[in-house]
Amino acid sequence: MLKAIGLRSVDDLFAPIPAEYRLTRDLNIPRQMAESEIVDFFRQRSRENGDGYTSFLGAGAYFHYRPVIIDSLISRGEFLTAYTPYQAEISQGTLQSIFEFQTMICELTGMEVANASMYDGSTAAAEGVMMAVRLTGRRSVVVARSLHPEYREVLATYATHQGMPLSVAGFNDDGRLNLKELEKSITPETACVLIQSPNFFGTIEDIGTIAEIAHKHGAMLVVSIAEAVSLGIVEPPREADVIAMEAQSFGVPLGFGGPYCGVIATREKYVRQMPGRLVGQTVDKQGKRGFVLTLATREQHIRREKATSNICTNQALVALMVNIFMTVYGKVGLKELAKQNLAKTAYAAGQFAKHGKVLFGGTPRFNEFVVQTSEDPYAINSRLLGHKMVGGLPMKKFYPELGNAALWCCTELTTRSAIDTAVGLVAESERSVRSAKEEVEEVAR
Amino acid sequence: MKHMTRKATRHVNQNEGLIFEKSSPGKAAWKLPPLDVPEVDTAALLGASERKDLGNMPEVSEIEIIRHFTRLSTWNYAIDLGMYPLGSCTMKYNPRVNEAVARVEGIANGHPYQPEKISQGALHIIKTLSEQLIEITGMDAITLQPAAGAHGEMTGLLMVRAYHQSKGNARKKILIPDSAHGTNPATAAMVNYAVENLKSDSRGMVDIAALEAQMNEDVAALMLTNPNTLGVFEQDIHKIADILHAKGGLLYMDGANMNALVGKVRPGDFGVDVMHLNLHKTFSTPHGGGGPGSGPVAIKKALEPFLPTPVLTKKSDGTLAFDYNRPQSVGRVRAFYGNFGMFVRALAYIQANGPDGLRQTTEDAVLNANYIRKGLEGTYDLPYSTPTMHEVVFSDKLQLKKGVRTMDIAKRLIDYGFHPYTTAFPLIVPGALMIEPTESESKEEMDLFIEAMKSIAEEVEEDPQTVLDAPHSTRVSRLDETAAARKPVLRWKPAS
Repeated sequence: MLKAIGLRSVDDLFAPIPAEYRLTRDLNIPRQMAESEIVDFFRQRSRENGDGYTSFLGAGAYFHYRPVIIDSLISRGEFLTAYTPYQAEISQGTLQSIFEFQTMICELTGMEVANASMYDGSTAAAEGVMMAVRLTGRRSVVVARSLHPEYREVLATYATHQGMPLSVAGFNDDGRLNLKELEKSITPETACVLIQSPNFFGTIEDIGTIAEIAHKHGAMLVVSIAEAVSLGIVEPPREADVIAMEAQSFGVPLGFGGPYCGVIATREKYVRQMPGRLVGQTVDKQGKRGFVLTLATREQHIRREKATSNICTNQALVALMVNIFMTVYGKVGLKELAKQNLAKTAYAAGQFAKHGKVLFGGTPRFNEFVVQTSEDPYAINSRLLGHKMVGGLPMKKFYPELGNAALWCCTELTTRSAIDTAVGLVAESERSVRSAKEEVEEVAR
Repeated sequence: MKHMTRKATRHVNQNEGLIFEKSSPGKAAWKLPPLDVPEVDTAALLGASERKDLGNMPEVSEIEIIRHFTRLSTWNYAIDLGMYPLGSCTMKYNPRVNEAVARVEGIANGHPYQPEKISQGALHIIKTLSEQLIEITGMDAITLQPAAGAHGEMTGLLMVRAYHQSKGNARKKILIPDSAHGTNPATAAMVNYAVENLKSDSRGMVDIAALEAQMNEDVAALMLTNPNTLGVFEQDIHKIADILHAKGGLLYMDGANMNALVGKVRPGDFGVDVMHLNLHKTFSTPHGGGGPGSGPVAIKKALEPFLPTPVLTKKSDGTLAFDYNRPQSVGRVRAFYGNFGMFVRALAYIQANGPDGLRQTTEDAVLNANYIRKGLEGTYDLPYSTPTMHEVVFSDKLQLKKGVRTMDIAKRLIDYGFHPYTTAFPLIVPGALMIEPTESESKEEMDLFIEAMKSIAEEVEEDPQTVLDAPHSTRVSRLDETAAARKPVLRWKPAS
C-alpha cells in the first residue's frame, strides 16, 4: 500500500506533524494483553464490586429483572455497530424501532411526542427546563427539594451561565411538595416548576394541583420520572407540559450509574423547541411506508449556535433495550410488574414501621420509603454489609434535616426473606441503641 | 449491466409491520414469580394516583418479539457487514470481548450508591482508564463524567469559563474555525459564549493572520479540531497555541479525530489546555445506532480545581474514594459518574492493544485514508492538496457538471454494498465527500470501495439518472423528508 501511495515508510505519513511534537517513545501503558487476560482482569474487578450482595438501593438507579432476549437482540451487529440513522434507506431497522419507542413512551406518559433519547434523567430534566425557558420567554425556575439531589446539581450547572435563577420549594411532613412555598416562589418571571414524581422519597405528588398552580401563573410544569416502572400502576403526570424521564428501570443494567436512557416527552405544539433526535413516518417514491430523522432544523448540525441543544450522540442502543423491555412486558405485564413492586414495598414499609419510624406514611408511594432510626444509618449499613446486604441510602448528605434517615427501595427482585433479614438487623440495632440510651438515662437519674 | 458490484448481492428480506400491528389481547412474553408477600389493594394504596389502563401498549409473544427485532435488524447497514466510511465518526471494529467484560455480574450490576468499600472494582477501572487516557493525551487530569462528545465540549467550556472567572474576567467569546463540527458553536451558546468564526486559509488550516487579528482579551478560547475536519493536521499548531496564550486565552481541542494521533503525538505536548475524547470513536465502544457515547475531558493542571464533582482520589489506606468537596468545581454535568459501561469497553480496547497496538492502529488508519486518496484522486475533485491524516475530503465538483451531487453519489454507493461517507460537512467544502476508512479495513475491502466509487463516477458520465435515482436495491427508495418535516407523524396511532 505504501508503494501504491508512493511513500517509503509509514513515518512519511506523519511528516505533517512538526518533528518536535512527535512521540519517539512507547506510550507508558501496560503491554498488549491476551483476551483471556482481559477477561481475568475484569472478573477480578467484578469480585471487588459488590458481586453477590443483596441491595436495597434505589434513588434513581433500580434493580429490576432484565429479560434475556434484550441482550440477545441488542447484540446483533446490525444494531450494535451501526451509527445514527442518517442514511434512512439502510437504517430502517433502527428508525422503525425508535418510532415504536417514541410511541410507547407517549402511551405510558400520556404525552403526544417523545424524542429518541437524552443522556440520562438528570440531563433530560435540565434540557426540559431549558425548553420551558425558550417556550415561555421567562428565565427563572422553581425546583422541588424532593427532586433527586444530583438532578438538582446538574440543573444548577446547566443554569448557571444561562442566567436562569433557581429557587427551591420544600416538602411537607407528608413528603409531598409544599404548595404554599411553591405559590410563594413563583413570580411573573417563572418559566417552569420542576418536580419529580414519584419523588426522591418515593412519594407520589399531587400533579393536578401543582399543575394548576403553575399554569395559573403562566409557568409550565416539568415533571421528572426517575422510576419508569411506576408508570405501570401510577397515573402519569398528564397535566405536565414536559416530562423528562430516566428509563433505566426498563431493562437497562445498573452498570455503576450508566449508560442509562433519558427521554423527553411533551405536547405536539412544543415539538419544535424539543432537543434531541426525532423519527417521523413518511413514504418513499413508490408510496411505501418508511421512517426518517426529522425536524432536524432544531439540531446543531443545521442550526449550529442557534440549535435547541448541542446534543448529537444520544443513548440509542440503551433506548433499544428500553424498547424491547416495554415490548416484552407490554400492556398487562407492566401493570403486574408494577403491582409486585408496590406489594413488596408495602410489606417492607409495614415491617420497618414496627421497629423504626417510616416517614411520609400518609401519602401514596411507589417502591421507595424513608426509614428514620435512632442509630446512624451508616453504622447500621456496615453491620448489614457483614451479612452481604446493602441497606438503604443514608440521606444525611442530601437531607440533613431528616436526621438518621435512609432511603430504602424494594423491587420485584427483593425477596421476603431478604426484607425480613434486613428488618431484623435494623430492629436489633434499634433495641441496642434504645437500651444503651436507657442505661445512660438510668445512670443520669 | 456494466456496472456490477462485486461486494453485494440482493437477497430476500422479510417484511415486518409495527409491533402495535401485531398485538392482540392475551399474548404475553413475560412471567413473574409468585408473590411472596401479601397482595395489596392498589386502589386503597394509591387512591386517585392509581393507573387503570396502559393504553395501546402491545401484547405479543416472545418469538414474535425475537422475529420482529431480528427482521428490523436486517434492514440496517453496520460495521459488522462492511466498510462504514462515515467521516469524523471513526466507525472502527467494535471488539466483542468489550461486550463480554461489560456484562460480568459485578460490573453490570454494581449500584452507583453502593458503599465505596464494595465498589473498589469499579473505582479501580475508572482510575486505570483515567491514568491511561492522561498518558495517551499528554494532559494532567481528566473527568470521565460527560456522556458524549458534545457533553464533553460543554464540560470543557464550563471549565474554561470557570478558569477565566477565577482570574476576574470570564471573557465573552469563543473562536471557532469555519471547518468545525456543528456541536462546537451549539456548545459555546449553551455556556453563554458568543461564537466568532475563524476562516481557513488555502491549505484548509487556521489562517494565522486572521487568528492574530481576531485574538484579544475578550476571547476565552479557540475550539480547534486537530486533525481538522478536512483530515489535515494543523501544522502551525505551536503558533496557534502561542497566539492564544499570549493574550491569556486557552486552546480547546475537539478530540473527535484523535484516531489520527494516538501513540504518535500528544495534544498535551503541542499546547492544548483542554480537550475531550470520544470513547465511541477512538476507543472502539459501539455506536449502537446513535449512542451511547462517552466524552471524557482531559485538562492541564491550571484547570484542575474546576473539574466536575466528584473526583476520584486515593485515601491514606490505599483504597479509592470519591471526593465531593471541590469548592471551585463547575458542578455536576450528569447524575452518578458517567457512562461507566463505556469505560469498561474502552479500557478493554486499550489493554488489547497496548502501546504497540495503539501506535499501529493510528498508522494503519492514516495509511488507509491515504490509500483511498491515491485511489480516487483524479476521479473526484480534491479541494485541498494538503497531506491527509486519517480521513480524506473530496468534493462533487466534477460530477456536478452532470447535475449529480454528493448525496446522490452517497445513495448510489449503497447499491454497491457500502455505507456512504459523510456529506453534511465540513461547510468549507461545498458538496463534500468526507471519507474515513479507519484502521479496521483490509486492502481488499478498500479496493472494492475504490472500484465502486470509480464505477459511480463513470455512471455519472454515461447515465447520470441511474445515480440520481439511487438507491435501487434497498427496501425503500429515497424517502420524502420534506413531507415528514411539514406534517410530522412522530408516533403510531390506532386506526379510528
